[in-house]
Amino acid sequence: MMRFLLPLVVFVVLVGFLLVGLNLNPRQVPSPLIGKPAPEFQLQQLHESEKTLTSKDNLGKVWLLNVWASWCVACRDEHPLLVELANSGIVPVYGLNYKDERDDALQWLKQFGDPYAVTIVDPEGRTGINYGVYGVPETYVIDKNGVIRYKQIGPVTVEALETKILPLVKELQG
Amino acid sequence: MIPELGNFALILALLLAFVQGTLPIIGAARGIPSWIALARPVVQGQFVFVTIAFFCLAYSFVTSDFSVLNVAQNSNTQLPLEYRFAATWGSHEGSLLLWTFMLASWSVAVSVFSRHLPNDMVARVLGVMGLVSVGFLIFMLFTSNPFDRILPGLTEGSDLNPLLQDPGMVFHPPMLYMGYVGFSVAFAFAISALLSGQLDATWARWSRPWTTVAWLFLTLGIMLGSWWAYYELGWGGWWFWDPVENASFLPWLVGTALIHSLAVTEKRGGFKSWTILLAISAFSLSLLGTFLVRSGVLTSVHAFATDPKRGIFILAFLVVVIGVSLLLFAWRAPKIGLGGKFELVSRESMLLANNLLLVVAAGSVLLGTLYPLFMDALDLGKISVGPPYFETVFVPLMTPAIFLMGLGPLARWKQASLPELAVRLRWAFAVSLVTALLMPFVMGEWKLFVSFGLLMAFWVIASMVVSVMHRLRSSAKVGLFAKLAAQPRSYYGMHAAHLGIAIFIIGVTLVGGYETEKDVRMEIGEVVEVGGYTFRFNGVKKAPGPNYMADIGSVDVLRNGEKVTSMEPEKRVYNASGMAMTEAAIDTGILRDLYVALGEPLGNGAWIVRVYHKPFVDWIWFGCLLMAFGGALAVTDRRYRLSSRKERDPDPVTDKKVSGSTPGKIPTAAPLIARSKKA
Repeated sequence: MMRFLLPLVVFVVLVGFLLVGLNLNPRQVPSPLIGKPAPEFQLQQLHESEKTLTSKDNLGKVWLLNVWASWCVACRDEHPLLVELANSGIVPVYGLNYKDERDDALQWLKQFGDPYAVTIVDPEGRTGINYGVYGVPETYVIDKNGVIRYKQIGPVTVEALETKILPLVKELQG
Repeated sequence: MIPELGNFALILALLLAFVQGTLPIIGAARGIPSWIALARPVVQGQFVFVTIAFFCLAYSFVTSDFSVLNVAQNSNTQLPLEYRFAATWGSHEGSLLLWTFMLASWSVAVSVFSRHLPNDMVARVLGVMGLVSVGFLIFMLFTSNPFDRILPGLTEGSDLNPLLQDPGMVFHPPMLYMGYVGFSVAFAFAISALLSGQLDATWARWSRPWTTVAWLFLTLGIMLGSWWAYYELGWGGWWFWDPVENASFLPWLVGTALIHSLAVTEKRGGFKSWTILLAISAFSLSLLGTFLVRSGVLTSVHAFATDPKRGIFILAFLVVVIGVSLLLFAWRAPKIGLGGKFELVSRESMLLANNLLLVVAAGSVLLGTLYPLFMDALDLGKISVGPPYFETVFVPLMTPAIFLMGLGPLARWKQASLPELAVRLRWAFAVSLVTALLMPFVMGEWKLFVSFGLLMAFWVIASMVVSVMHRLRSSAKVGLFAKLAAQPRSYYGMHAAHLGIAIFIIGVTLVGGYETEKDVRMEIGEVVEVGGYTFRFNGVKKAPGPNYMADIGSVDVLRNGEKVTSMEPEKRVYNASGMAMTEAAIDTGILRDLYVALGEPLGNGAWIVRVYHKPFVDWIWFGCLLMAFGGALAVTDRRYRLSSRKERDPDPVTDKKVSGSTPGKIPTAAPLIARSKKA
């Protein structure tokens, strides 16, 4: 009898792991940049291409950097939440328009709303590489000293916002 | 309207599946003939409604009804017709419907081709399949309804994932699912044997053809997938040990073990509980594969639509189906017994050893696939397990299995003699060893692992020749053709499948040993030399496709200054999604493939171009085809056809009424066993 039970025992152990696995995100690779200064950039703005924004301009405040593109379907999912967040005025959101066409990006913002304090453009994806972007959307929380404190991979969800991002932002704002 | 009809048909199918999963099983247990008799008509009714649902969804896709959410997310008006149809199973919801449709088809096939089975057994088998169907229909209706509406409807859909816009999409998933779902028949047979406590040679005889058919579809499905990845992904690889590939390979390994174990159960009455366990495992692994693909617990290139909430449902379903089956196994298998005894050296022992090797191989592939999950769950860090692990583990396990493959068909049942086998096979071994040692020189360079791989392949072929010669010599017929014709098809089927393995090994070994590739920047008119061929890049021109814009490269291939062929690799950007896809150009040959893929444009008409020379690569898929062909030969064996023809032809001696009712069926089983022993 015992040896006939063995397959069942193995299966039960397997199910235990699968159950835990369901609540893990295999895509969530801890970013080596967390706790490190945000990589520097100086990029053209989306709306006014003659102006630029540099990473140093935001020193002294806590801000979010949201990487998005008009071709990115998942960005549409998180977008209403970002608009809501921007309207609440808790924390400024800056957009990094990643590997996109300017006209498409502007059209997209017109259609879905523009939550960004400033959007900067990264058509070649170079700044994206420095930030370790490997899927769009991604969102970074950057503190007053310009250090990356958190990275959200994939769309910002209500849960991630409430349990991680907002508490962290409040703590950092002091 | 049509989507609502489909939805309604699904609900009716669920109700029928529920009846199918309960009444016949209870009827068989309590001996209520009318409940038992319910099994077949209910199965056929369920099939009708699932078919209606399937074609309703297909209709919505073909007519681009973007008020159906599923269609809006996975189709587009620019999508060509064949892909709009194939998009029916391109999404999570659609692939579940395909799964259910396949299950209904298999159930109907069982209900039609089971006239010579006792009715209570058919009732149990169909009942178990009905319960599986209940699970999938509930899953679909409650968490992933393919007919969900989005009102008001959209004017344009967001397109099928460009990776899936390929002829491979039309054939690969249906074939694979036919295989996955086909193991549900062997599973249902196993569960019904556990329920009834009856497991004998006749039982094995009935389950064998079903298992073989499922296995041959799975073989074809995996082969198509591998071939598709080869030409579509643009890296020239044919197997990546990706979690989802592994998920299809696991049931294949266990299914292969099951086929061999069933042979022993049929011929010798042995390995009974082992066969049952394998049948349960093969289907369980098919379900596990579905879970892994659909839940997103593992990262994979195949995870097109994943959702953890659905994962919970599938996991619960897995627990019910597999857990109950294994519990039933633990409870009832001791009663079924282990079967006939055999000596340490015998065909049984070799088949058992092969079985163990296949199962251990499946176990280590499963371990490697789930290892990242285990580590993550135990908080030991994020890791990924790649080809080096799988290759290191898999090759040493398969080596003795391949060796036994040559030995097994020559060994006697019950007791074989090692010295006798050695005498019979020494020339086969010597010939394969010498050829394997010399062959790499012909290819230009001697490499140890190439010789080793070829030794395996040649050993299989040489021992097969010995086996066939021995068999013909002992045949009573006169004349070579009469002797050849006297052998049963299943015998040729076995050898065809084994030969397929040998061909496959030759392909894998030679492409692994001698493929060459270059990844170069090419200006217009520039040439690159790979594998003795000269490739001249003539630049790239733009050309629109039905729903994409393509950059089509032009590459002339020359050998010794003469033009052999010209190739046109493409880089496509799909309109709806903006995704870029690589379409490699492949010049196929028996001895080599030439493979050209476009990388990135570099300005001034220059491109990064990847060029490969792949000797013998097509032998990999040809070997798989041969394996599947062997399976087809085996199931069309005379003894299976005889039994069904006997049922169909009106027997002049027996009264029709008697032969149609339950008591008339049982006597026919006895001569079947007698015949199977002769064969």
